[in-house]
Formats: sequence, C-alpha cells, structure tokens
Amino acid sequence: MMIEIRLDDQARQLPAGTTLAALLESLDRPAASVATALNGSFIPRERRAATVLGAGDQVLLFKPIVGG
Amino acid sequence: MNDDPLIIDGVALASRFFLGTAGYPSPAVLAEAIEASGTQLVTLGLKRTLQAGDNGALALALDAARARGARLLPNTAGCRSAREAVALACMARELYGTHWIKLEVVGDELSLQPDPFELLAAATELVRLGFTVFPYCTEDLVLCRRLLDEAGCAVLMPWGAPIGSGQGLAHPRALRTLRERLPDATLVVDAGLGAPSQAAQALEMGIDAVLLNTAVAKAREPVRMAAAFRDAIVAGRAAWRAGLIATQDFAVASTPVSGHAFLLGDAA
Repeated sequence: MMIEIRLDDQARQLPAGTTLAALLESLDRPAASVATALNGSFIPRERRAATVLGAGDQVLLFKPIVGG
Repeated sequence: MNDDPLIIDGVALASRFFLGTAGYPSPAVLAEAIEASGTQLVTLGLKRTLQAGDNGALALALDAARARGARLLPNTAGCRSAREAVALACMARELYGTHWIKLEVVGDELSLQPDPFELLAAATELVRLGFTVFPYCTEDLVLCRRLLDEAGCAVLMPWGAPIGSGQGLAHPRALRTLRERLPDATLVVDAGLGAPSQAAQALEMGIDAVLLNTAVAKAREPVRMAAAFRDAIVAGRAAWRAGLIATQDFAVASTPVSGHAFLLGDAA
C-alpha cells in the first residue's frame, strides 16, 4: 500500500511503513547533511530510523547556510 | 596577548566584533573579510533544502572561521514563534555541533522587531534544553532582565536599529540605561549599525561587543570595512576602559594660565 506525504511542500508517494531514515536514503541525502522536521517538530538524527511516516505527514529538510 | 577578553559561557573571545556571513559579493571576499575583521565569532543560518545554494560561501566561511579559531553562532532567522525557533535551534545544534544559538523571533514584518513574548518563551525552553542563548531583543529593560534572570540567557543582544538599516544606535539612552541597570550583564548590540563610528559609540558606552553583517557585506570594499570596524571596536572598548570625561555646559580651559593676564596690562 502507498501513502502520500509532503516533502518540502511537494507531494510524494511512499510505501506504507517507510521511515524517515529510509526516505533520506532514497533521496541520496547523507544522514549528516540535513536536519529534519516532521509536522513542525525536530526529529534528531538518532530517531529517524524509528520514525515511521504516516499519510499526510509534512517533512521538511534543512541545511546550513551563511547568515547574519 | 589580549588582556581584556570577552568571556561567554566560560569561553574567552579575543575580539569583540561578531561578524555575519551573508550577502557578500563573493565567497572569497567573505573569507577575506572574516580574516580582516579579527573576529572570534561568526554567525550562520539554516534554510530549507529546496531553496537555492550559496555558491560555496558557507564552506569558505567555515574554513576562514576555523583558521582563526573562531566560534560558530547559528541563528534562528525567519522564525515567527517560539515553537519554530526551538525546533530550528535544535536543528542548528545538530548540524553545526554547537549549543550556542542566536535566538531570533520576529514580531513585525516591516521592522523585523523581535517579539518579546515569543522570545522569552523560546529562550526559557532552549536554556532548559542545554543551549547557551544569545537573544536578539529590543532594549526594553524589563524584557532584558527577564531574559537574564527568568530564562537564564548568557548574554543580551539588543538591537541598535532595524536589521540592515545602517541607522546606528537609534536609542542610545535606552542602551545606557541597560548598562547602568544591568552592570554585570554581557551586552552585545546586534543589527542596525552602518558605520564604524557607531560601533565605537556602542563600546564607549560600555556595550561589551557588537554583531553586524550588512555594513561590511554591502560596503564598496567589504574587506577594508571589516578592518575599519575592527579598529573602531578596539578604540571604543579602550575608551570605555579609560573612562570618558563628564560633559560640561561651558568651556573649561585646558592650558593652566588662569589668573595671569600676560599680554595686556601694566607693562604695555
């Protein structure tokens, strides 16, 4: 069964039971290159493998940039 | 050897110039400006991965900061609520490997004025989570006292003027009041400075450090401007330590000739 989530505001279909860690792996994102938020809450790196995504979840990825 | 370091969270910083890393004409100029500034603390940010890249500016900024032994101070720019700011701070700690955070929670879109209520709530939570919090705040005395005593912030960072405005110190009397009423607090003027003389003015009144970005990044020659701010900040701090004279309403002769009319008189 497939579910739909939103990744960085884009709809995305995933197999049910996909974890946040598996999603990042499928995007070819090294685990340490981004920080993750699920439905507005921070998900630490060590919790990604245990975080199963559900239908309608909003995933945001953040990376370091210059800033003031 | 610096005999007057700024101590924050047990860390001695040899420079009182905190420098932002955004908006420079090129990554190479940014790296040179970091070097010329003498800074020991550079600010950085976070953004969504779907947004455009930075042409390698971050990598060079990190290299330049490391070469100077400078600390990193990630920010929570763009946050509008305590919840957002806490989440972003946690992400910054994970990505940058530092528990120091410049806390920004904006409450007005035109002035980018901090929201004092969300700021206090976020600061309280972040200190509880083990962060060393540098709150970007207004110069309101009661807010500042609560950020220190209630939330447990390590420093206060009252604005000089709205971010990027270059206006200088819009409310110098309020900053003086902060200095007088919170004599033990570490005060950093953050944002709004346009000229080195304004940075010197802040240090002369006892502000402990300044944080700026745009005044250097958007100068015609950012590297030269970084050096100009560096020197002004050193001069301002030295003046504060030396003790400025009290102002007087009338002239006070400096040459000791009073009481002796030596040009016109009996001998003429």
